[in-house]
Amino acid sequence: MNKEHSLNKKTDYTGSKQGMWMFLFTELLLFTGMFLLYSVFRSRYQQEFHAASSELSRTIGTLNTVILLTSSLTMALSVNAIRKDKNKISLIFQGLTVFFGLFFLANKFFEWSAKIHHGIYPNSPGLLAHGKGETMFYGLYYLMTGIHGLHVLAGIVLLLIMMVLTKKGSLNSDSFVRLENSGLYWHLVDVIWVYLFPVFYLIS
Amino acid sequence: MNINNNNNIGYKTYLAVWCCLMILTAATVMAAGMGFGRYGSLASVLIASAKAGLILLFFMHLKYETFVFKLMLLAAILTMAVIIGLTFFDVGFRDGGR
Amino acid sequence: MTGAQREMSFYESGNGHTGILSWVLSTDHKRIGLLYLFSMFSFFFVAVILGLLMRLELIAPGPSIMTAESYNAMFTVHGVIMIFLFIIPGIPAGLGNFMLPLQIGARDMAFPRINLMSWWFYMTGAIVIIVSLFTGGGPPDTGWTFYVPYSIRTGTNVTLAVFGVFLLGISSTLTGLNLVTTIHRLRAPGLKWFRMPLFVWSLYATGWVQILATPVLGITLLLLMMERLFGFGFFDPARGGDPLLFEHLFWIYSHPAVYIMILPAMGIVTEIIPVFARRTIFGYKAIAFSSLSIASVGYLVWGHHMFTSGMSDISRVIFSFLTFIVAVPSGIKVFNWIASMYKGSIKLSSPLLFTVSFIFLFSLGGLTGLIIGALATNIFVHGTYFIVAHFHYMMFGGTAFAFFAGIHYWFPKIFGKMYREKPAITSCIVLFAGFNVLYFPMFILGLEGMPRRYYDYLPRFHTGHLISTVGSWILAAGLMIMFYNLIRSIFIGEVAGSNPWGGSTLEWTTSSPPPHENFTEIPVVTEGPYRFRK
Repeated sequence: MNKEHSLNKKTDYTGSKQGMWMFLFTELLLFTGMFLLYSVFRSRYQQEFHAASSELSRTIGTLNTVILLTSSLTMALSVNAIRKDKNKISLIFQGLTVFFGLFFLANKFFEWSAKIHHGIYPNSPGLLAHGKGETMFYGLYYLMTGIHGLHVLAGIVLLLIMMVLTKKGSLNSDSFVRLENSGLYWHLVDVIWVYLFPVFYLIS
Repeated sequence: MNINNNNNIGYKTYLAVWCCLMILTAATVMAAGMGFGRYGSLASVLIASAKAGLILLFFMHLKYETFVFKLMLLAAILTMAVIIGLTFFDVGFRDGGR
Repeated sequence: MTGAQREMSFYESGNGHTGILSWVLSTDHKRIGLLYLFSMFSFFFVAVILGLLMRLELIAPGPSIMTAESYNAMFTVHGVIMIFLFIIPGIPAGLGNFMLPLQIGARDMAFPRINLMSWWFYMTGAIVIIVSLFTGGGPPDTGWTFYVPYSIRTGTNVTLAVFGVFLLGISSTLTGLNLVTTIHRLRAPGLKWFRMPLFVWSLYATGWVQILATPVLGITLLLLMMERLFGFGFFDPARGGDPLLFEHLFWIYSHPAVYIMILPAMGIVTEIIPVFARRTIFGYKAIAFSSLSIASVGYLVWGHHMFTSGMSDISRVIFSFLTFIVAVPSGIKVFNWIASMYKGSIKLSSPLLFTVSFIFLFSLGGLTGLIIGALATNIFVHGTYFIVAHFHYMMFGGTAFAFFAGIHYWFPKIFGKMYREKPAITSCIVLFAGFNVLYFPMFILGLEGMPRRYYDYLPRFHTGHLISTVGSWILAAGLMIMFYNLIRSIFIGEVAGSNPWGGSTLEWTTSSPPPHENFTEIPVVTEGPYRFRK
């Protein structure tokens, strides 16, 4: 639709966003592989998955869900603010998003260390003694929340870079696609958590 | 210019979406507590998809993007469904459907 | 067109760097395309030599020139290099990178820096794989498929090699992302979707497969690495895992991946035929849509690699049925190519000769593909030389021949020079002969029951193996003639002019080699491709 725009300008707004969306698709497909393993093992070990799930802390899981959803709100608001030329407010919201992201990771850290402290981690004698179903459940738990956690970490690094750029003024109401793309990434990581939460913490 | 075509989304919309997300989170936690059995996992997947839909449509602005973007997302989701679905023709029916 | 007002080509115009840096730091799609071509063909030659050594080992029963262990390592490394370092990046990242912006009238790809990054990922992956051969427990010996449980248990350096392949996966994904975005966003004014050259359509379909399939390979390899490092047990029945899931995940990528290899090859063939038959292409839309449908149906058939693995009967029947559906769009393409040549004024120059060889070898590979796609016959030939012959007909006879055709077709555009026609024709004939002598006996060996990947064989298979080994020498001779002719012509070939073949697509409207940003003025397109004046 904006042929002139996309051919002659150095940056193509819609093009950048499209590239980002396609990158997000690759992330989705990456997680599809893991969800495939999950659904196969869940259908094979229903009882054991239920038993193992009830040993995860629903409180921490719910808390982390709330934290991440709220971080998505602040992320969206920061993009909204920079569009309306309010760079200061945008910067604050970006900072809040980073804060929530770190909060999420801290919770995750305590959750993992408690489990590891109880001798529940991949290839541990304690876990193998629990039988096949629970071995698979906790294997998937560490795998999927671990890779998700790495994505949160990457998002935090990305946002810190965006904060520097906003501060320097290279992100502004004329050129904010990099912040918007970082936002898209952050929201996608959130979407993945929205599925991880019920499949690990809420098996009834 | 389509660069600013969707900056009319206000703080109110975002807050409303966030409220919906919170309500849905509460709903899924409560539904899990009630023990619906098989329907419980179906419910939790449906609620998760509703939440994901809200995030995609509003936070990620998919509602305001062109048709091409939606079509591409559809292709990705279909691929995911096909991959998991076809695998289940194997694991669901192996050894007479154990 | 060859007038004195010739512009400075992209070789001459600088980009702020000099020497080797002006290449490895360049964001110009043409320079990156050449970087890819140069590095790919270097690896290709290493893998060819490994293949020749394997054939030499098999010249007679019993040990000939190497131990069984080194034979295992050789077929693994031959496969890994040919698949992941040569044929998957092959046409899309090499010729595609160079030609796509030229064909759609753009100045560069949509994301030039990501394009360069993708080449760096490619090189890093390649270096990691090379390092894995000489460190740790020695070169991997699992075959290029890295099947569990052996790949988890073997003491060889699988973890590092797999990590290298993982990096190559990232590179391939980034290329695909770039191709698709470029086609969406950077078409010249007036270049509507159905006015695009069909090579562009095939790159579009390829790009989508790269985006939507490669991440599954990524997670599969990541799982394999983690399995070796931490022992999750996902593929170990003793711990509740399921080894077949690895095969599923692996082929969910690796079957669509064969379409990453063959689709752009089909695109090249579709470009060449109209130009040398002086006729417009027959069934433009049918070819465009068949590319898309091959790409999408390609996701539904991965299970046909696993017919004897012990998966459920119902899924075997379903996968076998779906496999036959993929043959339909491929058949449409073959018939369209033939129909395009019918009553054309055909000039059998070297690009067309390679193309015609492609059609023959690809048809043979495709039809034998139906034999092994059918469940009942598959059980009989699974894991034999029949499979080896089939996929070499597809990958070498198909993709690589089309790749060579494309290189001969676009050589004058890329280098501004013309190669000598006679040696080119000779090389094509020698290659074609050598190829069939090398691989056709494998069909027969396979039907007689010769298993693939074996170091030794029974004396009754001797004749077939001997013929095949002789064929490998003829093939090597053909490759030498071809590359000698091409490389020599880069330096001392005649000046080619901007449109030596009388092509009608946009890349022929700019000078050869093209200037830094391809076009002095972005062309305006008013009609579809392949319109030739009588």
